Amino acid sequence: MPDLLEKQNVFVQMQEDIKRALQKPVDERRWVMVIDLRKCVGCSACTISCVAENKLPPGVVYRPVLESEIGTYPNVTRRFMPRPCMQCDEPPCVPVCPVHATWKRPDGIVAIDYEQCIGCRYCITACPYSARTFDTGHTYDEGTPEQMVYELLTNFEYGQGWDRESEGSPIGNVRKCHFCLHRLEEGELPACVTTCMGVANYFGDANDPDSIVAKLISRPNVIRLKEEMGTEPKVYYLV
Amino acid sequence: MSKTVQRIVWVAAIVGFVVGLYGLWLRVSVGHQAANYGSYVPWGLWVAGYIYCIGLSAGAFLMSTLVYVFRIERLKSIGKLSLFTALVSLFAALFMIWLDLGHPERAYKLVLNTNFRSIMGWMIWLYAAYFILLLVELWFAMRADLVACSDDAGLRGKLCRFLSFGKTDTSEAARTADANILRVLGAIGVPLAVAFHGGVGALFGVVGARPYWNSGLTPIMFLVGALASGGALLTFVVAFWGPKVGSEEHRKVVVFLGQIVLGLLLFDLLLEWAEYSISLYSAVPAEAESLRLVLFGDYWWVFWIVHLLIGAVVPILLLVFRGRSVGAVGLAGALIAITFLSVRLNIVLPALAVEELEGLRTAFTGPGLTFAYSPSLMEWLFFIWTISLAGLGFLIGYKLLPIVRTKEVA
Repeated sequence: MPDLLEKQNVFVQMQEDIKRALQKPVDERRWVMVIDLRKCVGCSACTISCVAENKLPPGVVYRPVLESEIGTYPNVTRRFMPRPCMQCDEPPCVPVCPVHATWKRPDGIVAIDYEQCIGCRYCITACPYSARTFDTGHTYDEGTPEQMVYELLTNFEYGQGWDRESEGSPIGNVRKCHFCLHRLEEGELPACVTTCMGVANYFGDANDPDSIVAKLISRPNVIRLKEEMGTEPKVYYLV
Repeated sequence: MSKTVQRIVWVAAIVGFVVGLYGLWLRVSVGHQAANYGSYVPWGLWVAGYIYCIGLSAGAFLMSTLVYVFRIERLKSIGKLSLFTALVSLFAALFMIWLDLGHPERAYKLVLNTNFRSIMGWMIWLYAAYFILLLVELWFAMRADLVACSDDAGLRGKLCRFLSFGKTDTSEAARTADANILRVLGAIGVPLAVAFHGGVGALFGVVGARPYWNSGLTPIMFLVGALASGGALLTFVVAFWGPKVGSEEHRKVVVFLGQIVLGLLLFDLLLEWAEYSISLYSAVPAEAESLRLVLFGDYWWVFWIVHLLIGAVVPILLLVFRGRSVGAVGLAGALIAITFLSVRLNIVLPALAVEELEGLRTAFTGPGLTFAYSPSLMEWLFFIWTISLAGLGFLIGYKLLPIVRTKEVA
């Protein structure tokens, strides 16, 4: 009985999906995210949890929630659409990088080497989803008398400690969502997924037919953004 | 009149250099935080300034090939001047784009870790080749004159002596050999200039995510724009810096250059019409939105007044109706060359200033997360500083090097 209860919890299931995937060689994993737009209420908690997890400075955002209005007053409704990096299978941002600073990992995540990136921002222009932002080094306490401790916290993107105090990378770099790779590799779900109160986010290994995401993306009501670009995104929306 | 114009340019360059120093200081001390480009409009004035200057360089260089490769007798006297103009413009372009990088100290990675699938990866090599070619070509073009001015008193004589690197043979045979080398170098330079400036156009043209750039016409427009603006700059330079200002021979050269520039400008406008009218007619949203910004957005005057009126209509009138006057042709050249920055801004910015996904504009706020862009004080000042630095480089080089003076060597 306790086992059954546990199985019913979608977060526990997804975590198990991840753990199964981690048993496989990295090139056999295929991380995908599924976002159920019917469940999203536009609370932006995912955006904020992402900012907190990755210690994002002002001006850098990995997962904004886009709002659009449908209809005209008084018959108006709103649609909310979280927009992480699509981790495209054919990422237009990768070939344009002049110094090989961004590439597609075997598990499909598009990564950035902060120490290699020269900050030319060509990749920002090449992304059809505006998923990349530029870290100019702003802080939240600008114009205030005291430097806040939280400004100096180390972030652990790509499993490395990035120290903001040194004023080196990732300042001056382009940054983007990486499906919380550092958490994934420890068997944890991306921060946005765990935070979603309506469970509108699903995450897992699409190569595993038993995973939740594999079942969801085979449904007919699934769409991907800007399919016409040929980017083959790995973020799916249920509509 | 030539002296007055020269004096105005000297004063402008010195003032620009001094005032612009503050922009350089801000760039070095505060960095990109003082810029108005950011995440949604990642490229701003400096990128536009870079393609502007690189276009001037390519255009001025291609004009020099009329002398050294195609051996157009009428333009013979301006070969060195066009090479030198190309060199200082190249310097300005590269300096501007270098400090536009988030990590300028990592620029060496462009050489050591080039990704040849990236057009930008190709650029560094093409620029390096072009820079070396320009230096070598300029040296061969000046060699006999360097020897001639080696006997001058003071700094100029010393510099000429040093730069001639001991090659003092100015016999007819040696100078014919120089001319042959110049022809070969120039002939290499033509495809190289087409490659690097067409390449800059392709750098934009290949970006599928930005329909406003994503056109086969983009590299062609870059090239024609380079020829028109670089040719115009050279016309302005020749009109007021010589050689042999005031002579009938000089007037003929300027008039001829004016005619070339008129043709190039009209061709450029034709391409612009093709690009704009086709896109506007089909009105596919992403591209039409960019064009709407150009024509009717907050900066409509950049297109209609700066580019079309001051940069096209007025110069065309000058060239058509006053095309025999050195002053009028020189002024037309200056107007086209200066206002061409508006064309470059209208290439870079409108593609970026539109939302890629609906709702992005208001989804999240923060510095750089905006689609409204106008250059910050730092951006303007640093831009002015770089241009002024190149201008001073030109003026000082003009004073010290035998760029227009051609002594008949015995």
